[in-house]
Amino acid sequence: MSDAVVRATGVRKYFGDREVICGVDFDIRPGICFGILGPNGAGKTTLMRMLLGLSPVSEGQYSVFGQSVGDSAIHSRIGVVPQQDNLDPDFSVSLNLKVYAGYFGISYRAAETRIAELLEFAALARRSRDQVSSLSGGMRRRLMVARSLINNPDLIVLDEPSTGLDPQARHLIWQRLRSLKKQGKTLILTTHYMEEAAELCDELIILDRGSILTRGSPQDLIAEHVEAEVVAIRGLSNELDAIELCEGLDIRLDHVGDTWFCYGLDARPLVARCAERNDLTFIHRPASLEDVFLKLTGRDMREEA
Amino acid sequence: MNSLQLFPLHVLAVWRRNFLVWKKLAGASMLGNFGDPFLYLLGLGYGLGLYIGDMNGIPYMAFLASGILCSSAMNTATFESLYSAFTRMNQQGTWESMLATPLRVQEIIAGEQMWAATKSLISGSAIFVVAGLLGGIQQWDTALLALPVIFLIGLAFAGPALAFCAISPSYDFFLYYFTLAVTPMFLFCGVFYPIDTLPAFAQMVAQVLPLTHAVALIRPLLTEMPLTLPWLHVGVLALYALAGFTLAAHLASRRLLR
Repeated sequence: MSDAVVRATGVRKYFGDREVICGVDFDIRPGICFGILGPNGAGKTTLMRMLLGLSPVSEGQYSVFGQSVGDSAIHSRIGVVPQQDNLDPDFSVSLNLKVYAGYFGISYRAAETRIAELLEFAALARRSRDQVSSLSGGMRRRLMVARSLINNPDLIVLDEPSTGLDPQARHLIWQRLRSLKKQGKTLILTTHYMEEAAELCDELIILDRGSILTRGSPQDLIAEHVEAEVVAIRGLSNELDAIELCEGLDIRLDHVGDTWFCYGLDARPLVARCAERNDLTFIHRPASLEDVFLKLTGRDMREEA
Repeated sequence: MNSLQLFPLHVLAVWRRNFLVWKKLAGASMLGNFGDPFLYLLGLGYGLGLYIGDMNGIPYMAFLASGILCSSAMNTATFESLYSAFTRMNQQGTWESMLATPLRVQEIIAGEQMWAATKSLISGSAIFVVAGLLGGIQQWDTALLALPVIFLIGLAFAGPALAFCAISPSYDFFLYYFTLAVTPMFLFCGVFYPIDTLPAFAQMVAQVLPLTHAVALIRPLLTEMPLTLPWLHVGVLALYALAGFTLAAHLASRRLLR
């Protein structure tokens, strides 16, 4: 026995005949932020819902805190930030938290101090008496994060926490999530924003069509799967043109639509060649998680997504 | 059975959430709850009552008031368990937010059922007062016993309605429930006239419907009519409440826990 917070062994999920999770294995150490990445329809949300007992596991062992998922008693140690806004529209900000505390058996009176702290934490202290309907998208999401902390959970599960938020709101959420990690909480988040995963996750899995493609820290995954530097070029007329441009250089080519991605350990010679052609626009940057993601999940646009 | 196990505190937390929402809009909600029945009592009780005189040996106003009390308990609980519960289940994600906490599906259903019955009690109490003022109550010494019975009636109608709610794809389907279940009961279960005036087969059908037993309990408590087989009527209502709860809990978990 180890002290993994979450452990999945051969977990499968079928909807009818369709297998949406195809036997995944992973474990999550305490105190880290664990990312579940994948394109739309990869099975991220299903994996989360099973973890929370909202979707029965078809096969395999899936446990949280050493207990099998599906026992709602373990929810007292878990905080959840769902993708869908399900705040109570009829209540004020503070009453939302109070009523939610009630679901955990925390009395409204006992919840008051905690609520004041949480609203401070979520930068909503001045909106405490406002109706939820008057809050912006970013504030509502922060309120959902605050709500997930009402029971002082050891594990916080976030389903696409920054989807649909503007950059300011997103950075504020990220900052709050980092400070939760500093407090020793374990975080699990699903996202399809690579930037978000790179910012927050200590470890992540990339999921596609119900299977885990790879697992590791963002830095390790970049080092393992892609070359250090990328030049993204637009304006090349065809594949031949691209191959000619890179001739004699140690470059791997790839493209999405009209953009060519040229990967190499040292891209400076290629940059020099690009600079000589004024029909090209290009960006030279270090490789990122996004490059890993696109390489592994394919660059094809997905109709079914 | 494990999937029907209930923690009272969890059930209470669901009930309390709904109560707090109701409290905010209590005035408007109360008006809606007893506006309709009040009009029935005035319009039919006085208007029609003038021609009818006595029915089953008691003034028509008293006969009708006890019937309307039952039908409004039915309507209030049904409406709450269909439209309002559906909003919480489907539109607002309230149930889903509860399921992320230690609450379980069956506790949410039980809390909703208790709450719907509470609303029946609230609107029933308002009608009780109006009926009293209009002369619809003859027996004040047993009349107060009607209040816990109204709560039971609320439970009996909330259960099946919650089960229907759990399988409904949209609000439109509730119309079927009203047309096929609620309205026939309203008309054929003894609210407006005694069921023994119905053809024999219709009487037999009426005997298995919960509103018949609700009326059979409430009317003797409010009027001079004799109370017969009270425990049978209580039993039938309790059976509807329990069977409705079990079915609703089963169907809701099938819908929510996919």
